[in-house]
Amino acid sequence: MLVQVTVNGEKHEADVEPRLLLVHLIREVFRLTGTHIGCDTTHCGACTILLDGRPVKSCTIFAVQAHGREIMTVEGLEQDGKLHPVQEGFSEEHGLQCGYCTPGMLMTSSAFLRKNPDPTEEEIRWAISGNLCRCTGYVNIVKAIQFAAAKLRQGGA
Amino acid sequence: MALRTSPEIGGMGHSVKRKEDARFIRGKGTYVDDLQLPGMLYLDIVRSPFAHAKIKKIDASRALQIPGVLAVITGQDLAKYNLHWMPTLMSDTQMVLPVEKVMYQAQEVAAVLATERYIAADGVEAVEVEYEPLPVVVDPKKALEPGAPVLRTDKKDKKDNHIWHWEWGDKAATDRAFREGEVTVKEEIYLPRIHVASIETCGCIAQFDKVSGKLTVWMTTQAPHAIRTVFALVAGHVGLAEHKIRIVSPDIGGGFGGKVPVYPGYVIAVAASVLTGKPVKWIEDRMENLQADSFARDYHITAELAAKRDGTLTALRIKTIADHGYADAAANPSKFPAGLFHICTGSYDFKAAHVEVDGVYTNKPPGGIAYRCSFRVTEAVHTIERMADLMAHQLGMDPAEFRFKNFIKPEQFPYKSALGWEYDSGNYAGALRKAMEKIGYAELRREQVEKRQRGELMGIGISSFTEIVGAGPSKHFDILGIKMFDSCEIRIHPTGKAIARFGTKSQGQGHETTYAQIIAEELGIPVADIQVEEGDTDTAPYGLGTYASRSTPVAGAAGAMAARKILDKARKIAAHLLEVAEDDLTWEPGKFSVKGAPNRSKTIQDIAFAAYTNHPQGMEAGLEAVSYYDPPNLTYPFGSYICVVDIDTGTGEVKVRRFVAVDDCGNIINPMIVEGQIHGGLTMGLAPALYEEISYDEQGNIRGGSFMDYLLPTAVETPKWETDKTCTPSPHHPLGAKGVGESATVGAPAAIANAVVDALWHLGVRHIDIPITPAKVWKLLREHGITD
Repeated sequence: MLVQVTVNGEKHEADVEPRLLLVHLIREVFRLTGTHIGCDTTHCGACTILLDGRPVKSCTIFAVQAHGREIMTVEGLEQDGKLHPVQEGFSEEHGLQCGYCTPGMLMTSSAFLRKNPDPTEEEIRWAISGNLCRCTGYVNIVKAIQFAAAKLRQGGA
Repeated sequence: MALRTSPEIGGMGHSVKRKEDARFIRGKGTYVDDLQLPGMLYLDIVRSPFAHAKIKKIDASRALQIPGVLAVITGQDLAKYNLHWMPTLMSDTQMVLPVEKVMYQAQEVAAVLATERYIAADGVEAVEVEYEPLPVVVDPKKALEPGAPVLRTDKKDKKDNHIWHWEWGDKAATDRAFREGEVTVKEEIYLPRIHVASIETCGCIAQFDKVSGKLTVWMTTQAPHAIRTVFALVAGHVGLAEHKIRIVSPDIGGGFGGKVPVYPGYVIAVAASVLTGKPVKWIEDRMENLQADSFARDYHITAELAAKRDGTLTALRIKTIADHGYADAAANPSKFPAGLFHICTGSYDFKAAHVEVDGVYTNKPPGGIAYRCSFRVTEAVHTIERMADLMAHQLGMDPAEFRFKNFIKPEQFPYKSALGWEYDSGNYAGALRKAMEKIGYAELRREQVEKRQRGELMGIGISSFTEIVGAGPSKHFDILGIKMFDSCEIRIHPTGKAIARFGTKSQGQGHETTYAQIIAEELGIPVADIQVEEGDTDTAPYGLGTYASRSTPVAGAAGAMAARKILDKARKIAAHLLEVAEDDLTWEPGKFSVKGAPNRSKTIQDIAFAAYTNHPQGMEAGLEAVSYYDPPNLTYPFGSYICVVDIDTGTGEVKVRRFVAVDDCGNIINPMIVEGQIHGGLTMGLAPALYEEISYDEQGNIRGGSFMDYLLPTAVETPKWETDKTCTPSPHHPLGAKGVGESATVGAPAAIANAVVDALWHLGVRHIDIPITPAKVWKLLREHGITD
C-alpha cells in the first residue's frame, strides 16, 4: 500500500505492507533511527513520535494509519541549528545517560509543554509516566523539563 | 577534594557537561539496531513453549516455502561444526541450539534466516516442532531432593542437580560464637529472580568477509575484548582466529550486567554469517529479552546473627541455595562461584563468620548475572542489613544506635574482615550521622510514635552498606583465566590534542567525559581537546570491560597511570626546552615552570609539539603511553540510606515518602555524573524492593515475561531522591576514587524493606521478602486485623 506522510516537514512516500509498523517505516524505510524500540507492549515509550502534534507510540500503529498525516521525530526538534529547549534542558540538567529512552522522552515532553507551559512537578511526572527510563531515576529528567518550560515561557523557542 | 584545574581544563571535581549528549539529544546515537548493511539478512528465533521437553521433530518445510526464508538452522546443523554447545563464563556448558531436549521455557530451538525482519518472523511461526514434555523442576530445594529428575543428562556422570558447594570463613569459631551468643536471630530471606531490563534489548550484526576471512560483530556487549577471546576459543576449530575477529560495541542502551554474557543468538548469527558470507542481524524483542537472557539473584538465604546482650555483634552464619537455572552461566570471577557474596559481614566488626552456598540446576534460563551490582553484593548487603535491623529490634535498640555500636571504626582501616577482605577506607558512622541529620531522624521517630497511636502505619528504615568494587587484583581475579586488569592508551597529537582509548565500554556512564577529565587532571589538557574511544577491539587496548563498578577503579586508574608516563616524558622534554635539569622544574596542571622563575615555562601543548619537532637527542619522538593497570586491592565505597514509608492500611500500598542517600565513593571525578548514577541506582533499588519479580509456576511457565507484568518504576512511583555525600578517598587508587555506579542499587532495597518492617514490627511482622507488593502487605494487615 502507498503511504504518503510528512516527516519533519519533508514529504515522504513508500509502498509498504499493510502490517508494517510505523516505527519500522520511520527507522528502516526512511532511515531515521533516532526513534527507538524498547518493548513489544506499548509500555516503554522509546518509540514515541508526534503524529499531527500528538505523542504516539509508533510501535503500536501501522504505517498505513499515518497516511496523509504529519509526523515529527526527534530529528525534527532542532530547527535551523538551534536546539529545542527540551533538548537543551536534557543536556544541561543531565537528564540522560545511555540515551536510548531520550528521543521518546523529548517528544513526549515537548508536546506536553505545548499543552501545559507551566506544569507542577507532579504533572511532569504523570506526563512522562508512559516513557520508561532505566538510567536516570527521573529526577534530572523532571529538572530538564522544568528548565525547558522556563525557557519556553521566556520565549526561548 | 580541592579543585586542581580550572573549569576550562575541567579535571577532577568539575561537573563538566557530557560530551556524549550532543548526539543522543539529536537522535544521532548509533545503537546496534540502527546499523543497516548492504545485503543484510535477518535472524529470528523459534523458542520452546515447554520448560523441559524432548525434541522429537523439527519440521522446517512449511517455513522454507515462504519466499524470502533462506534457511532454518537447528542444533543438528550446528552439531556438524561442534557449535551446538558453548562454554559459559563459569566453565559450565550451555546449549546454543538443542539437539535432544530443551531445558527452559523460551529456550532457543531453531533459527530462521530471511531477507527481511518480518519474513524471518513469519518463518518462526511456520516452523513446526514436536515435543515430548518431561518432568519440570523449578524449585531448587526440590531439585536437591533424592529422586528429583536429573536435569543435566548431557553430563554422563551427573546423578543429581547439585552444581557446586562453596564455603568461606571459620566454621568452628562461628559455631562456637553461636553456642556462646547471648542473643541470636535467624531469618529466611529470598531474593527473587529479576532482570536488568535495559531499555535497549540485546542484539548483533555479524559480518563475515569470505575473502579476508575476517569476522566483524557489532554487538551489545559490555566486554568486547573478552568476547573476542571467547569467540576465538570457541570457534578456533572452524578457522576463526583472534586476529580475524573484530568486536565493536556501538552505543549501548543500558547494560547493568545483562550485556556481559554470550547469548545463543549472537553465536547463531555469527554461524549464519560465516556460512552465508552475508551480514546477519539478530535483535531480541522485549519478551525474548526478559524470558531467555540471563537473570539476577534467585538466592534462598538462611541467615543468623549472634550478639551480646549489650548489642555487640559476635558472629554471622549464612547458608544459601543458589538457583542457577539449567546452566551455571554466572558472570563471576572464576575463583568465586558465589561472586563476592562473602562481603556479607558488611559495615560491621564481626569476629567470626561463615558462609556456605550451594549452586543448583533447575528448569529455568541461566541465572547469576548482575543487576547493576558487583557480583552478588546486593544479596550480601540485603542480608546483613535486614539482619542488623532484626537484631536491633530484637534487642530493643534503635537500629541507628545498634549500627553505631557495631560499625568498623575509622581508625581500624585498612580493616581485615572475618571473611578475609581488606577494606581500604571508610567512615561509616560519619555517613549515617549525616543521613540522620539530613532527614531529621529524631523528629521522624517522634512522629512515628504519634502516628502509631492514631493507628497510622509509618516506618523508618536504615541501610548502612559497604560495597566492594573494582575487580580486581590479578592474584584473585580472572575470568576464564584472563586477569581482571584494565587498560588505557593515550596519544598526544603534535598540536596538543589527545586521543585516549580504553578497554572498557560505557553503557550510559559517560566515559567519554569522565575519562577525559582524568587525563585533563593529570596533564592539564582541556577536556574539550581529549577524544575518548572504547568498544572497538581493533583499536582499543585489551581490557575486561565495564561491569561491577570497575571502570573508574581499574580503567580510570589506567588512564591516570598512562597520563603519568606521558608526564614523565613531558618533563624530560620540558627540561630540554628550558635548558634546566628536571629537578629544577615544577608542575601545575598544563605547565612546567622553572623553580624560582615562574615566567620561564612550557605548556603541555608546547611540549607535545616539541615531541614531534624538537625532541632531545637520544629520545624517541612522539608522546604516547599505554597502561595495563592491575589494582593492588578492590575499593570499598559505602553509604547510609534512610527511607521513610507510609503504608495505606486499606490497600497495603507502600509509599516512599522520603529517601535520603549519603554516599561515599572517595574522590569524585564529575559530581553531576556521580549524582546521576546514584539517582539511577536508587531507582534500580526501589524496583526490586517494591515491584519487580520474575517467577515460575510449577510447570515452569514464566510469570513476568513482558512489560505487561514485569513492572519497571515510572516517574510517578519513583520518589524525589535526596542525595548527599561524604568523602573518604581510597588510599591505593591513584586518584583516590572508588567507583559508584552500583552503590545505590546495592544499598537501597534493604532501606526500603527495613522501613516497611519497621512500620509493621509492633504487629509482630519480622520480615517480608522483596518485592513488597501491596498484595503481600495487605495480606499481613488482614492477618493482624488492621484491615478487613
